[in-house]
Amino acid sequence: MVVDRRQRARQLHGILALVLVAVSITSLAVGASGTSLWRALWSLAMGAGTTTTEAVILWEIRAPRTLLGACVGAALAVSGAVMQGLFRNPLADPGLLGVSAGAGLGALLAIVVGGALPFGMAGVFGDALLPVMAFVGAWASMMVLYAVATRSGRTSVATMLLAGIALGALTGAISGLLIFHADDLQLRELTFWQLGSLAGSSWAKVLIAGPVVLLATLIATTLARGLNGLALGEASAHHIGINVQRTKNIAILAVSAATGAAVAVSGGIGFVGIVVPHLLRLATGPDHHGLLVNSALLGASLLLMADIISRFVVAPAELPIGIVTAVLGAPFFLWILLRRRSVVDL
Amino acid sequence: MIRAKGITLRYGAKTILDRLDFQARPTALTAIVGPNGSGKTTLLKALTGETPCTGDVTVAGYDIAVTPAWQLASVRAVLPQSTPMSFPFQAIEVVRLGLGQGLSQDARLPYRALARVGLTGYEARFYQELSGGEQQRVQLARVLCQVWEPMVAGQPRWLFLDEPVSSLDIGHQLQVMRIARDYADAGGGVVAVMHDLNLSAMFADQVVLMRSGRIVADGRVDLVLTDENLSDAYDCPVRTRRPPPSSDWYLLPQAAVQPDVA
Repeated sequence: MVVDRRQRARQLHGILALVLVAVSITSLAVGASGTSLWRALWSLAMGAGTTTTEAVILWEIRAPRTLLGACVGAALAVSGAVMQGLFRNPLADPGLLGVSAGAGLGALLAIVVGGALPFGMAGVFGDALLPVMAFVGAWASMMVLYAVATRSGRTSVATMLLAGIALGALTGAISGLLIFHADDLQLRELTFWQLGSLAGSSWAKVLIAGPVVLLATLIATTLARGLNGLALGEASAHHIGINVQRTKNIAILAVSAATGAAVAVSGGIGFVGIVVPHLLRLATGPDHHGLLVNSALLGASLLLMADIISRFVVAPAELPIGIVTAVLGAPFFLWILLRRRSVVDL
Repeated sequence: MIRAKGITLRYGAKTILDRLDFQARPTALTAIVGPNGSGKTTLLKALTGETPCTGDVTVAGYDIAVTPAWQLASVRAVLPQSTPMSFPFQAIEVVRLGLGQGLSQDARLPYRALARVGLTGYEARFYQELSGGEQQRVQLARVLCQVWEPMVAGQPRWLFLDEPVSSLDIGHQLQVMRIARDYADAGGGVVAVMHDLNLSAMFADQVVLMRSGRIVADGRVDLVLTDENLSDAYDCPVRTRRPPPSSDWYLLPQAAVQPDVA
């Protein structure tokens, strides 16, 4: 009897969940201030209240940062896995193909010209305007990308990557235009998007990103059979009973929501979406039933680890996490290209 | 039954299928033959709903234009000419894709399907590392997995095969044709696009001969695969023989046959 990789994927759920718990505790326990998690918990437990320095650092800084990091990591990894399934290509990724840039442009629009947006959007959405615009930006990018890169159910790798580059350039140019018109206060807010950071974490952001990421991940896990079927091509997916159009629509919406939420709260953090699903496919195969949940768990853990690194590399200052993921992720991406040169066939 | 009435398909100004009527019955192996570009594969795609066309197509009583994918998938399975896959699936994982969503599915079925196509021992092999012919047989196992029982509740199910033997050696050609034959003999229906006229003559009950988007002959093997029909359709002289004692058919292009041997 052959080793059933589906079973291994299910076992990995438990292992990765434990890893995530361990990394989360580490993330709560370490930081530039040297505050000890145990001392803070102890003083909380002893009824010292939440006003001690330790408790404030733990509750107001590290806790939301840890939760937000986990959410963003899970969102980016799941987005990557779903996009790869949708495009039938292991190189698809929201960061590489301009979807994050689209979300970023949406966020920029909200910051710079928020009040001037049509349909009184600023009034309707209030504080949620920025994440809503990030979602719209991501969704529009996904639609354009899919329309350009896919012809009669087949995705051309070259067209997909080139379309991603063009999309990234276009959104970059419009973003530049917006930055040109921004005032000083807006500029400071804008810098945040370009670097990608968890430094501005707050409970408010957790409340924005958390539910969206959770929902998008849950919806994505219902796509497992559809994405597996798409690996055969759209026609064969239809023949084995999959509603292809609905699968594609839901996948595009889930990716847009997850990427939009992640970008709205943390800016452009790259490579998580490509590294995580790839590692998991090496371990447990490409079946999306286990892959999507495992991507969420491993993505959350990896981003938290990157965040922990970012707090220490140049301590007491901290490095934007986008730089850490790029430094680790870009060589990994090149390694994938090297291994798959014959398969990718550009 | 499979019934198609007046199906027409155009790509731009070019007419690929021109008001075709087509029927295939269960318990029979129906071979669609014809020269390159005659519309064989396009006809199959029209019958499976892959390519939308005008006209009516019903498969096992379902109007394919309005029937949801899952329902069609429960009565017919389709084997394409080739199926490239982008992720490192194992052979058994590819076959498993043919299983439906039901929880009552037999977990052993994919293994039996692989055994049926002669690929026992290939379960954990990576699909990409298999030869073209092996990949084709893995896909056939997946297709068989989808409609394993040729009859369900007295209703026949259908196999659509697009050039199922094109990348196989003669041993495996016979094996695959035998699987198709057995499926029809057990009550199911098989519609296969075929390039090999000899295999069609050997295994089919009904032959549909196409040329330029039209059906030029349709019926029993001995009535359709005649020297005249084939020479016309393929634009080259063809002679059919049925030598004793086997009485099996074989066909050869005229140029390769010594004249007046018979």
